[in-house]
Amino acid sequence: MTDVLDPPMILEPEGHDEHLEEHHGPTGILKWITTTDHKVIGLSYTVTAVIMMVIGGAFAEIIRAQLTTPNNTLVSLAQYNELFTMHGSVMIYLFVGPFAFGALANIIVPIQIGAPDMAFPRLNALSYWLYLTGSITMLSGFFVAGGAANFGWVAYAPLSNSINTPGSGADLWIGGLLLTGFSAIFTGVNLCATVFYLRAPGMTMFRMPIFTWNLLVTAILILLAFPVLTAGLIMLYCDRHFGTHIFSVAGGGVPVLWQHIFWFWGHPEVYILALPFFGMVTEIIAVFSRKPVFGYKGMVFATITIGALSLGVWAHHMFTTGVVLLPFFSIMSLLIAVPTGIKMFNWIGTMWRGEVWFSTAMLMAIGFLITFLVGGLTGIYLASPPLDFFTHDTYFVVAHFHSIVMALVMGAMGGLYYWGPKITGYMLNETYGKIQFWFLFIGTQVFTLPQYLLGLRGMPRRIAIYPLHPSWEFLNQVSTVGAVLVGISTVVFMANIVVSWKKTPAGDNPWDGHTLEWFTTSPPPHHNFYRLPQIRSERPTWDYNHPGHTAAEHGHSAPHRDETPVA
Amino acid sequence: MSKVSCVEPPALSPQGVSDRTRRWRRLRRIVTLPIAALALAGCTVPTFGASPGATTSSQSVYHLWQGFSIGAVIVGGFTLLLIFWAVIFYRRKSDNIPKQSQYHIPLEMTYTIIPVLIVLGLFAATLVVENKEVALPKSDVTINVNAFQWGWEFTYPGQNVVVTGQTTQDPEMIMPVNENVHINLTSSDVTHGFYVHAFNFSRYALPGILNQFTLRAVNTGTYNGQCTQLCGLYHSLMVFRVKVVSQSQYSAWLTGEANVAAAKAAKTATNQQTSSITPTKPAKSKGGY
Amino acid sequence: MRVEAKLLLGLGAFFGVMVAVYWNWGHENAGSVMMFAGMLLCFVPGSYYYWWSRRMKARPEDDPNATQAQGAGVVGAFPGTSIWPFTLGMGAFMVVLALVFGIWFLVPGLGLVVWALFGGTAEGRRGGTH
Repeated sequence: MTDVLDPPMILEPEGHDEHLEEHHGPTGILKWITTTDHKVIGLSYTVTAVIMMVIGGAFAEIIRAQLTTPNNTLVSLAQYNELFTMHGSVMIYLFVGPFAFGALANIIVPIQIGAPDMAFPRLNALSYWLYLTGSITMLSGFFVAGGAANFGWVAYAPLSNSINTPGSGADLWIGGLLLTGFSAIFTGVNLCATVFYLRAPGMTMFRMPIFTWNLLVTAILILLAFPVLTAGLIMLYCDRHFGTHIFSVAGGGVPVLWQHIFWFWGHPEVYILALPFFGMVTEIIAVFSRKPVFGYKGMVFATITIGALSLGVWAHHMFTTGVVLLPFFSIMSLLIAVPTGIKMFNWIGTMWRGEVWFSTAMLMAIGFLITFLVGGLTGIYLASPPLDFFTHDTYFVVAHFHSIVMALVMGAMGGLYYWGPKITGYMLNETYGKIQFWFLFIGTQVFTLPQYLLGLRGMPRRIAIYPLHPSWEFLNQVSTVGAVLVGISTVVFMANIVVSWKKTPAGDNPWDGHTLEWFTTSPPPHHNFYRLPQIRSERPTWDYNHPGHTAAEHGHSAPHRDETPVA
Repeated sequence: MSKVSCVEPPALSPQGVSDRTRRWRRLRRIVTLPIAALALAGCTVPTFGASPGATTSSQSVYHLWQGFSIGAVIVGGFTLLLIFWAVIFYRRKSDNIPKQSQYHIPLEMTYTIIPVLIVLGLFAATLVVENKEVALPKSDVTINVNAFQWGWEFTYPGQNVVVTGQTTQDPEMIMPVNENVHINLTSSDVTHGFYVHAFNFSRYALPGILNQFTLRAVNTGTYNGQCTQLCGLYHSLMVFRVKVVSQSQYSAWLTGEANVAAAKAAKTATNQQTSSITPTKPAKSKGGY
Repeated sequence: MRVEAKLLLGLGAFFGVMVAVYWNWGHENAGSVMMFAGMLLCFVPGSYYYWWSRRMKARPEDDPNATQAQGAGVVGAFPGTSIWPFTLGMGAFMVVLALVFGIWFLVPGLGLVVWALFGGTAEGRRGGTH
C-alpha cells in the first residue's frame, strides 16, 4: 500500500533567514571563536582531527623508516620511545576519537533527527576548545626538556611514575588528556540529550538512522568510560607530584591497578572509536546499494550489545599479568564477535540483490568491510588466553589493531566523501578519490599483513632495533613500503581538497540519499531546515522521493509503475 | 529514462541459459581449484605461521592455534566470498530500484545462533589448553627469575647459583629437559615481559607480585628470549636465552656453578647476592635509571 | 520516552548481572567497583526517564503517526554566538598548564573560568544572543 505523504512542513521560506537579518553577528575570527553552530564546530573538529592524523602519520613514517634495517640509527632509542608513544597517543586520543564523536557526528546527528542544533550549543563549543587546547598541551611535550611522553600510549605504572619518567612531557601528556577527556564527556552529554529530546515529530527512536543510533550508544559509552580515565590520570598525577602511592609497591600500592583502571576505559574506548564508523559505513552501503538497511532492528540490538559487552572485557589486555580472571574475560571477549558478525552479515545483506554503484564512498565502505574482517578475525585469536600469551606485545597485536583502525580510517574517508557535499555544498573529485582509495587499501594490507607474520616469528613491539634477528628485516621493509603507500593516499586526499575547492556544486541530494539530512540544502541553512517532510520510516527522504518504493509490511516493495530518475 | 519494472522473470542470455545458471557454473569453476589444492595437500594441517615449540604446553597451544586458524579461514573465506559475490554480481546494471527487502528473520536468527555456537566451541577448546598452561604440577626444579632495568637474573634457590646479565650480555637460563621446571617470576622495578618465542609463552614480571608457572621442555636446544613489555630506554636490548640440556648435563652444570659460587663466597663475602623472592618486600633494584 | 528508559535500564540490568557474576567468580575489587558504578550510572537516568514516561503525554517524536505541524513552535533555547565557551576553554587550558608549569598559572586560569561561569550563566538568563 502506498503511503500518501503530507506535503513538507514549511519552517522558513527558503533563502529568508530572519535571525541573520536582524542581528549582524560577528565576522572573521571572532565569528569562529564565538560560534555555537554545531555545523561550524563539527567542521572545526574535522579540520583539527585531520591535522592530527597528518602529525600522527608523520610519526608513523619515521617509525617505519627506523625499522627498515635491524640496527638503524635514524633515531635514538630515547627518541624512538617518544615517537611511538606520541604516534599512538595522537592517533587515538587526538585523531580517531574526536573525529568519531566530534566531527561528522556533530554535524550530521542533529540534521538526521530533524533538530535545529545540538541540545547544548555552548557546551558543544566548549568541547571543541577543550579538544584544541588539550591537543596543543599534549604535543607541546616535544618542546620541553626531556621531550614528550615516552612510556607508550598506555602509560603503564610504574614506568610512568616520577622516578622512571621525570620530565614535564609526561605531565603535559596527562594534562592534555584531562582536557580532551572532559571534551569527550561534554560531547557525550550533548549527544544523549540531543537524541533524547530534540527529534522531529514522527522520528521515533526506531526510525532514527543507524548512524545516529551508533552515536547514541557511543555517547553512553563515553559517559561510562571517560570519567574512569580522568580519575586514573588524576591518580597518576598525584603519584607523580603529591607523594601518593596508589601505583607504587614501595608505598603499599598496586601497579596493576593502573592497568585495571586504564583498560576499563581503554576497551570501551576502542568501541567508542569504532561504532561511529560502523554507522557511517551502514549509511553508505544502504544508499549506494539503493536498498534499505538490512536487519535494522538487528543492527540496533547488535550495537547495544557490543556497547554493553565492551564494559566487561577490559582485562583481555591484561591476560599476561597472571592476576586476572582468565575464563571470564575470555568468554566475554569471544562473545563480542557475535554482534559484530551480525553487523557484518547485515552489511552484506544490504548489498544483496541491490544495485551497487562504486562511488569513492562506497569503495571506502567495501575496503572497510574487507579490512575489518581481517582485523576482527585476528581479534578472536587474542580473546583466547593461551593464544594471547604468545602473541601479546608482539607485532601480531600491532597488526591486529592496525587492521581495525585502518578500516576505521577507510570508514572516515567514506564519511567525508559521502557527507562532504552536504557539509560544504561542493562535490569532491571522484577520480582523485578512487586513486586515494586504492593507495589506502593496498597500502594498508601491505603494511599490516607482514606484521602478523613478524609477530608470529617473535618480534616484540615497541623496539627500535632488532640486531639479533636480521631475518626480520625483509618483512619490515615490506611493511614500510605499505606505510609509504598509505602516506601517498593522504597526499592524494589533500590534493583532492585543493582541486575540488568550490568547483562542482552538489545540490540537495547528489547520492539519492535516504535519511533526513538529504532533504535539506547543501550546506544546510542556519537552523538546518527550511522544511521538513513527514516521517513514517527510517528513510524519510527516500519515502518522499520514491513514493511506491517504501519498504512495506513484509519488507518487500510494493508493485509500482513509475520511476524517479536518479540524480 | 523510465522503465516499467515489476517483479520480472530472470533475464535469458542468447544461449537460452538463465543468468542464475551461468553464475553457478562460474562459481563452480572458481571454487574447484582451491578445493583440489587442499585435497592434494594431503592430511597435513598447515602451520598458519606458528610452530609447535619446545615444551609440552607450547605444542598444545600450537594445535589450538591451528584449530582457531581453520575456523578463521572457513568463516573469513565464506564472508569474503559473500562480499565479492555481492560486489561483482549485484553491480548496478540499470536505474531500476531493486526490491526493498528489509529483513529476513530466519536468516538473521541463523547468523546469530551459529556464531554463538562457534564461540562456545572456541571457548571450550581454550579452557582445555588454558588449564594445562596455568597448572602448577609438582616440580623438582625451581628457578627464580627477576627482571630489572634492563636485564635478567636467574637464581637457583637452595643452590646459591645466580646467573645475571644486562642487555647485550644476554644471560642464559639453563634448565633440564623432560622435567617440570617451576618458575617464580618477578621484577625489581617496572613491568617487564618474560617471553620465549620457542615456548609459545609470555608472562609479565610485575613488581611486588610473584607470578608462577611451570615449563616442561621436550627438546634440547638454545632458545631466544626477550622483554616484551616496554620498560624504558633499553627495552629493545633486554634479551636473554634459555638453554635446555639433558638432566645429567644440568646436574653437572649446577654442581659446578655451586662450587664456583661457594669458592667466591669464601673469598669475598659481600659480593655474592642470593636473591630470594618475597612477594611483599621489593627486591633490591639493579642497574637501570 | 519509553524506549530511552528501557535502553538505559536494560544496560543497567546487564551490568548488574555482569558485576554479580564477576564479583562472585573473581573477587577482584577494582573491576567490580567500576562495573557497579557503571550500573548505577545507567539506573539513575534510566529510572528518571521511566518515571517520567509513565506520567507524560506522548511527545510528537514518540508518536509514529505525528505530523510536522504537531511540532510547531519553539523547539528549545539555542543561545547564539557566545564568547563564554572560548573563555571557559582558555581558563581550563591554563588551569591544566598549572599542573605542569607552576601554580601561578591558576591565577589567570581560575580567573577566566570563574568569569566565564558568571558570564555564561548571565547570558543564558538573558536568552542568549539570538
